[in-house]
Amino acid sequence: MQPVIEIQHLKKSFGSHEVLKDIDFTVNKGEVVSIIGSSGSGKSTLLRCINLLEKPTGGQIIYQGENILDDTHDMNAYRKNLGMVFQQFNLFNNHNALGNCVIGQRKVLKRSKKEAEDVAMNYLRDVGMEQYIHAKPKHLSGGQKQRVAIARALAMEPDVLLFDEPTSALDPEMVGEVLNVMKSLAHTGLTMLIVTHEMEFAREVSDRIVFMDQGVIVEQGPAQQLFDNPTEERTKAFLRRF
Amino acid sequence: MSFESVIKIVTENWPMFLRGAGVTLLISMVGTIIGALIGLLIGVFRTIPRPDRLFKRIIHRVLGGLFSAYIEIFRGTPMIVQAMVIYYGSAMAFGIDMDRLYAAIFIVSINTGAYMSEIVRGGIVSIDKGQFEAAQAIGMNHIQTMRHVVLPQVMRNILPATSNEFVINIKDTSVLNVISVTELYFQTKTIAGNNFKYFESFLIACIIYFVMTFTVTRILRFIERKMDGPDNYMMAGNQMQVTTPQFKEQS
Ligand SMILES: Nc1ncnc2c1ncn2[C@@H]1O[C@H](COP(=O)(O)OP(=O)(O)OP(=O)(O)O)[C@@H](O)[C@H]1O
Ligand SMILES: [Mg+2]
Repeated sequence: MQPVIEIQHLKKSFGSHEVLKDIDFTVNKGEVVSIIGSSGSGKSTLLRCINLLEKPTGGQIIYQGENILDDTHDMNAYRKNLGMVFQQFNLFNNHNALGNCVIGQRKVLKRSKKEAEDVAMNYLRDVGMEQYIHAKPKHLSGGQKQRVAIARALAMEPDVLLFDEPTSALDPEMVGEVLNVMKSLAHTGLTMLIVTHEMEFAREVSDRIVFMDQGVIVEQGPAQQLFDNPTEERTKAFLRRF
Repeated sequence: MSFESVIKIVTENWPMFLRGAGVTLLISMVGTIIGALIGLLIGVFRTIPRPDRLFKRIIHRVLGGLFSAYIEIFRGTPMIVQAMVIYYGSAMAFGIDMDRLYAAIFIVSINTGAYMSEIVRGGIVSIDKGQFEAAQAIGMNHIQTMRHVVLPQVMRNILPATSNEFVINIKDTSVLNVISVTELYFQTKTIAGNNFKYFESFLIACIIYFVMTFTVTRILRFIERKMDGPDNYMMAGNQMQVTTPQFKEQS
């Protein structure tokens, strides 16, 4: 297995509050990894540290053989290789659905208008949003926004796609449409790292489950093993709640 | 006062009123635009995260201090006094005899800039943090994020405040008569000084001011609504809704 991102001894504190304590963790190419754990365990912080929305306070993140936490490393060049799907969608309000998927390709990847639009259209079609390309975010439902957000991330053709609770802000009737899109994606061989509270879904799509508690990875393993035969007491306690 | 005397003043002096109104509109419009640009530059500067490198950080601090002083001073003193200080001060200190019209535009611009800086900063701060994060997450740098994501939204958000500044400027340019710019108030004073019909002359000025502010307000409201676009969205084409997404295998 070829690692895409290797995290070594990652630490993150907010003031004196240590949120991530010595995280070691690797994402391999083509793998779908889900991170589960109770609220406040540091799942979002871990994801945000991986794409540098938060600056880690210690440790290393190795990408393509280089530690991207070195001062000399170009943050933006690294970030364009990771896609991020947020809980709150965060579509650009001043762009329509197509514009959301085009702007990053044009400005960051320097693709031509034609190419960027073609690529964007392909992914918008994949997520079933081709009829809404001219719609502004305010015209879309939560589920539709999240599907556009996924297309926006895919249009950058990233090595890894990070999802931070992509369905938590959705009305229940819209959760399905987004999970369906993600299930189809999982089958394409895309590398995905998903923070989720949807246990059924995690079990179904994930190659590996990571259980976090209080800033540490307590246990990880194949979905079936972790859900059916967890070894750690904390994992068992957490899973009993579902 | 008689209705006839008002008509008479208008028919005898309309070119002067018109020129005065034109100068008022010119000063306030150019002043608002330049002021808004100053506000944008300073407002954006004041939201740049503190640089890591020492040298850049010092420059950042010094400029930040200067801009703060500028904003405080111009917001904390009356424009009529600023006009006197700048116009007569520049004549005394540098021996420059500023063209009165340019001086007027200059004063209104920097005065508006001080207010707009705060408005722009507020506009940027009020943009959802998620917009910045989404832009950063796809690899945009600070300038790209500002230019393509944040500022277009800020511009829309500050448009009402900018319209408001414009209207205030139309009214407040009247204080520039102290440096003898031939704006509407100055012209009216001249007209009234000749015919001694102060009430009628200023009544006419009053009406002209109102028509200008009212029209400007309406036009800018219209632009705001245009920028917002339609409330509802019509679907493009009428293909069948695709329910199960299809992805191609990655190679
Ligand atoms: N910007 C911040 N400043 C200070 N503390 C923070 C910040 N972001 C997160 N924290 C703290 O870090 C801890 C972990 O937060 P995090 O959001 O990573 O948890 P999570 O596992 O994603 O929880 P949830 O399931 O509720 O999303 C929490 O105690 C939180 O209060
Ligand atoms: Mg979270």
